Amino acid sequence: MAGPLDVGARAAAPSAAVSGRAGPLVSIRAVNKSFGALHVLRDVDLTIERGEVVVVIGPSGSGKSTLCRCLNRLETIDSGEITFEGSPLPQEGRALASLRAEIGMVFQAFNLFGHKTILENVTLGPVKVRKMTRTDAVDKARALLERVGILDKADRYPAELSGGQQQRAAIARALAMDPALMLFDEPTSALDPEMISEVLDVMVSLANDGMTMLVVTHEMGFARRAADRVAFMDGGRILQIAPPSEFFAAPSNDRAREFLSKVLSH
Amino acid sequence: MLARAAGSSLAAHTGDFLHGILVTLEISSVGFLLALIAGTLLAIFRVSPLLPLRGFGTAYVEVFRNTPLLVLLLLMFFGLPEVGVTFGLLSSAILGLGFYEAAFVCEAVRSGINTVPPGQVEAARAIGLRHWQVLLEVVLPQALRAVVQPLGNLAIAAVLNSSLAAAIGNTDITGTANHVFADVVEPIPIYVGAGLTYLALSLVIGQLTGVLERRLVIVR
Ligand SMILES: Nc1ncnc2c1ncn2[C@@H]1O[C@H](COP(=O)(O)OP(=O)(O)OP(=O)(O)O)[C@@H](O)[C@H]1O
Ligand SMILES: [Mg+2]
Repeated sequence: MAGPLDVGARAAAPSAAVSGRAGPLVSIRAVNKSFGALHVLRDVDLTIERGEVVVVIGPSGSGKSTLCRCLNRLETIDSGEITFEGSPLPQEGRALASLRAEIGMVFQAFNLFGHKTILENVTLGPVKVRKMTRTDAVDKARALLERVGILDKADRYPAELSGGQQQRAAIARALAMDPALMLFDEPTSALDPEMISEVLDVMVSLANDGMTMLVVTHEMGFARRAADRVAFMDGGRILQIAPPSEFFAAPSNDRAREFLSKVLSH
Repeated sequence: MLARAAGSSLAAHTGDFLHGILVTLEISSVGFLLALIAGTLLAIFRVSPLLPLRGFGTAYVEVFRNTPLLVLLLLMFFGLPEVGVTFGLLSSAILGLGFYEAAFVCEAVRSGINTVPPGQVEAARAIGLRHWQVLLEVVLPQALRAVVQPLGNLAIAAVLNSSLAAAIGNTDITGTANHVFADVVEPIPIYVGAGLTYLALSLVIGQLTGVLERRLVIVR
């Protein structure tokens, strides 16, 4: 972890230095990834500081989901390096599972476990991975469900909930692991319009509480409200990355300008 | 084992028939339990990322699904002792039936595994569950619930197929019927009775399967 990037990061984040964990939480360097002949990530560089919220936008197929999934190694990369808390991502086995426990992931399709109640969905990780006692895990899960506003659904099955409620349950499930980083891959894209804000509100409150987040979304309002930086991806590259005020005021890139005019005109 | 009742009426063989039902129940229930365990393991092998396990699973299914059960039973009881492995009458029937049906259970469970949405597997991996925990906690519970009906059919098949155990000398329902027939020459009541007994057992299993399925259904 040497280099000019580090010095800047430490200066910018004194609290991290105080807690003895210097350097960015995530560092992605020169990452390439192909599916067969399809080159999906091209020399991607990105660092995410502790407590930072990075929103990734870009047209369909630009590699946003793939980038997200590479961070917890649901996808493997072909070249380059990704470090989390200063160490390269483990290859497999117990070490990889431990890494994943540190990184919460929220999917477009919620992906709640259909045979388990909402409460059981949230306690599974703490009990099986964190080896928490069942009573502690239940207490924690109930507190989280309360926080996302669906404590009354604790004993229901996923299929009995609305999309917005399911997605909030999925967020609680991820938070139950006390992750250092939360990945969101288009968390509101499968939702009816009236349910989008209930999920975004939870995400904004998480951001305000200092959670480190990488969020793929088409919700420009969320990007303005919660993002520290907005990254625009196209054709597997990050073409521009800037604070939202700067990015939305004057996209430096033609493709970004074109994309924004399309999304914002809707 | 058989009461050689003087006068040789069918009624004198009631005890034999009851014993035959017990033997059928023992062979088919233990055999099916074995098939359930072995078949589920084989299904896990067949979806494993490890090529040797997948290869073993596939080879097993192809061999056992495509060999007549009667041949397997004859091999178990008469063939294995030739190479120094001897099982009793009952054990031979149970093992033969169990290993045979395991191939079918494997295929049923595998189709159940394929109904589990891949997104749930990813979500389970994403919270840090190990490969085997994902299988035990997320995949198998849903896979098995999805195939209660086909497994119920296999349980019925186990009862009906267990009648071949008579061919190596077991006194199950069919074996008892053969013995009684040798004593009292009344083929129609003897074999119709045997058939009706199998039918009754099958109907009971069918009912149980329906109850289980309604209780375990997963709403999607
Ligand atoms: N497992 C896979 N196998 C083959 N191709 C894939 C796979 N996953 C993604 N792709 C392809 O890689 C490209 C980038 O996909 P990705 O899902 O990262 O895009 P995205 O930016 O998230 O798009 P969207 O906005 O539609 O979700 C697409 O062309 C996609 O079809
Ligand atoms: Mg995507």
